[in-house]
Amino acid sequence: MRLWSAGNDDDARPAPGTPVFVARDLTKVYRMGEVEVHALRGMDLELFAGEFVVLLGPSGSGKSTLLNILGGLDVPSGGTVRYREHDLVGANERLLTKYRREHVGFVFQFYNLIPSLTARENIALVTEISRHPMAPEEALALVDLADRMDHFPSQLSGGQQQRVAIARAVAKRPDVLLCDEPTGALDITSGKVVLGVLARVNRELGTTTAVITHNAAIAAMADRVVTIADGRISKVLRNEHKASPEDLAW
Amino acid sequence: MSMLDRKLRRDLLRMKGQAAAIALVVACAVAAYVGSTTTYRALRSSNEEYYDRFAFADVFAELRRAPATLASRIAEIPGSGTVETRIVADGPMNIPDFAEPATAHLVSIPPGGPRLNRLVLLSGRMPEPGSDEALAGETLLKLHHLHLGDAVSVILEGARRTLRIVGTATSPEFIFEIRPGDLLPDDAHFAVFWAPEADLAAAMRMEGAFNNVVLRLAPGADRQNVLDNLDRLLEPYGCLGAYGRDRHVSHRFISDEIRQLQGVAVFMPAVFLGVAAFLLNVAFSRLVGTQREQIAAIKALGYGNAAVGLHFLQLAGVIVLLGTLVGTLAGAWFGSVMTKMYALFYHLPLFRYELDPSAVAAAVLLSLLTAFAGVAGAVRRAVRLPPAEAMRPPAPPRYRATLLERLGLGRLLGPVGRMILRSLGRRPVRALLTAVGVAAAMAILVLGAFLDDSISWMMDLQFRRAQLEDATVTFVEPRDPAVVVELRGLPGVSRVEPFRAVPVVLRAGHRTWRIGILGLPASPALHRISDRGGNLVDIPAAGLMLTDKLADLLHVHPGDDLGVDVLEGTRPRKTVRLAAVVRDLIGLSAYMELDALNRLAGHGPAVSGAFLSVDQASEKELHRRLKDAPMVAGVLLQRVAVASFEATNAQYLLFFTGILVLFAAVISVGVVYNSARVTLAERERELASLRVLGFTRGEVSAVLLGELAVLVVLALPLGCLFGVGFSALIARNLSSDLFRVPLVVENSTFAFAALVVLGASLLTALAVRRRIDRLDLVEVLKTKE
Repeated sequence: MRLWSAGNDDDARPAPGTPVFVARDLTKVYRMGEVEVHALRGMDLELFAGEFVVLLGPSGSGKSTLLNILGGLDVPSGGTVRYREHDLVGANERLLTKYRREHVGFVFQFYNLIPSLTARENIALVTEISRHPMAPEEALALVDLADRMDHFPSQLSGGQQQRVAIARAVAKRPDVLLCDEPTGALDITSGKVVLGVLARVNRELGTTTAVITHNAAIAAMADRVVTIADGRISKVLRNEHKASPEDLAW
Repeated sequence: MSMLDRKLRRDLLRMKGQAAAIALVVACAVAAYVGSTTTYRALRSSNEEYYDRFAFADVFAELRRAPATLASRIAEIPGSGTVETRIVADGPMNIPDFAEPATAHLVSIPPGGPRLNRLVLLSGRMPEPGSDEALAGETLLKLHHLHLGDAVSVILEGARRTLRIVGTATSPEFIFEIRPGDLLPDDAHFAVFWAPEADLAAAMRMEGAFNNVVLRLAPGADRQNVLDNLDRLLEPYGCLGAYGRDRHVSHRFISDEIRQLQGVAVFMPAVFLGVAAFLLNVAFSRLVGTQREQIAAIKALGYGNAAVGLHFLQLAGVIVLLGTLVGTLAGAWFGSVMTKMYALFYHLPLFRYELDPSAVAAAVLLSLLTAFAGVAGAVRRAVRLPPAEAMRPPAPPRYRATLLERLGLGRLLGPVGRMILRSLGRRPVRALLTAVGVAAAMAILVLGAFLDDSISWMMDLQFRRAQLEDATVTFVEPRDPAVVVELRGLPGVSRVEPFRAVPVVLRAGHRTWRIGILGLPASPALHRISDRGGNLVDIPAAGLMLTDKLADLLHVHPGDDLGVDVLEGTRPRKTVRLAAVVRDLIGLSAYMELDALNRLAGHGPAVSGAFLSVDQASEKELHRRLKDAPMVAGVLLQRVAVASFEATNAQYLLFFTGILVLFAAVISVGVVYNSARVTLAERERELASLRVLGFTRGEVSAVLLGELAVLVVLALPLGCLFGVGFSALIARNLSSDLFRVPLVVENSTFAFAALVVLGASLLTALAVRRRIDRLDLVEVLKTKE
């Protein structure tokens, strides 16, 4: 295993099919108010370069926790997890920040746009601190929102906000795109548009994409579907034929 | 501009109401600090520069008469530098078109001009010897509408002399002009003149002699040693005891003023900065709370903790700097107005106001430190906020039944009442601090009005309830008590109370104090002595009674014996028992029974003057008669002096009270508004839900505003308490040998303070109420939990 180094040590994208994330025996316990929650109870998982994975599970199954750990937002209570050569368990806050900044794009259920910044500025927030970003305009064009550039989040529909969030996530050309219920707050029409954008990013930019959802219908568009229940992986399924997002129905 | 800076700018715009409230409180702190610090520095440096450039003496001595040849022996005292001998005289003065008796204080100008206490010629020219010319203080001309070339007449040694005013001047010994022995300055009835030495010597029959010495100490000289030597040398010539600057009345007034200003410069800003820190704390805790997800997102996007922390610190910094800017401008204005007032009150020719950059820098630094202290907790929370946790909705706030409810009182409250109680109970520290903030506003109001209360009470007690005389007549020499009959025969005089004044040095061990003992009848009917509680005090039949402060200075207690060196007549040295101390309000005094004092002085029955009760209708005629009486050294008109003091004082108090009311209103509005906005933001959903459930706007407002009302009502008694505390602190700061400011707070002051706070709170509540009314129910409930 390589140690963390100061520079950006892995500009080169791994070849499709090589494992980028390897997690072993992950556990996570956290307190929620006065209640102790066992979110992960010993989970083993690999994610491969360039694939589109759907992590499927009901609310409280631990899928968000898993995503947060993969994204360096959280650290597990036990077990190991590596992103390529990087140990995500032993890393300190500063190294995790650097990891997020250089490798990870996040898309959240509730978009988490900064309400006081316009669409373009929300993207610039990321491109300002990235090494090889695309222009905010380019990113917005990718999600078909070039005409909404100077709108504030409050002036955009939910689907549009989520597309801005996706543009913000991909603008820095991340190695992995982690999406937490990206359609959870959207109606079906907007949801399909957003999923279309995610599929397009995965296809055109080759970004490893993990989408977590409790919506089983989305699983059809994935390369692989990992089903999670009660903090463990219960089933892994490979789709021989990926469905197009337009054909999904829920 | 970076995107975080843009966010900062827009966040600031969004919270502009709160930001403005906080900035204004900071502005008050900075204004108070900059205003009083710069005035304090201006006063101190002008004073020092004046003393330095115009050679203010270090040592002063008054005597009866000494030959001019003694001057060289004074100069030989080890440690004495420049020595100047002078002739100083006081005499009744007649001012054209001014019926009331006044006193002239004349100081000789040696040939070639004074080398110590040098003159600042403000207008006109120096007087020529042998031509009755003199310089006068500027106030005299201003108050009596006199012009250069006009003349006044003065009775010196029983003869009327004309003084033609050819110029106006001042000198460092008269920064504060007060008639020796008076408690209040009285510019209308007292004026300083400078006349050529030869003229004054002729008028006072002092050719080849002097009756006043001033000297400067050589560098490194032992002052006490010089004083002792000077006393020994001058004692045969009727010296009443040499003294240093510390007992020079003008110097003491101005040093007290400087010390007091310094106190104000620390105290007021500290209160305001405390409130500002609290407001910032509440506002930023809330801001970090509402921006949980934003902070998480920013961190998820790869921004580090330092960037997030800096972002919030910058936001606080901008608010505070805006406040500092406004405060500096207000402070500069405040300082220049104060300076003008001091210039009016003190005769400081070099007095100029400068906005001292180091004071501004200190204010900026202080307020930034305060801001960072205030937001430190919130920023730490933002920095420590684990992004993954921020993604999850916050755990629901923990509410519990309050203590009152657990005691079974809950049934007395409706649901709204219970919501209010529980909400307060959930954040008891914040609730308490909010109440403390409002209480601070009220305390500042109490403080402002307290000064008026106390000074009015003190003046009323001293000059209306205790001392009933209308005029005080002082004789040139002690006279036979039969003079009382003569005075009673004067027009309009209904009552005469003779007094005796004997200059002495009190000794207790190595401690000494030079003072005039006032001899009064055992139970004075006019010049009555009152203690701080307003109780009249009898003069002990035997022994001495001292102001408690003087007894403290001498370290003596009732029952102790004091050495008394009488400084007149045969100058006996005696011992007298301290019979009592009196906790009086103004000046340092020593009292004895009239006959006992005469016996102590080794004198038969004699009086130095008398207190008169005068019928107002005959006042003019009485003034005329007294002005022409050669035996009368001076006449003090109590009522006029008090009125003039009160007029000057009222001007100050109006200004200061006005400023303090403004400050207090800013704090009340700031605290209440901030608290309301934060609570509104936190509970928007809850309030909207209530509306959906069918609560009316009024009922919903009651939940929020009721909470504030509870806090404001709680703050009122707290504010009274703080107000009294602040006032006690300020009273201590203002108390000096010259005045003991009593702690008097009238009920009307509490009522006034409460009204201002309630008014400001009510206006703020109305503004917030409008926001509640406009609450968009659908919008609020549509957004996620």
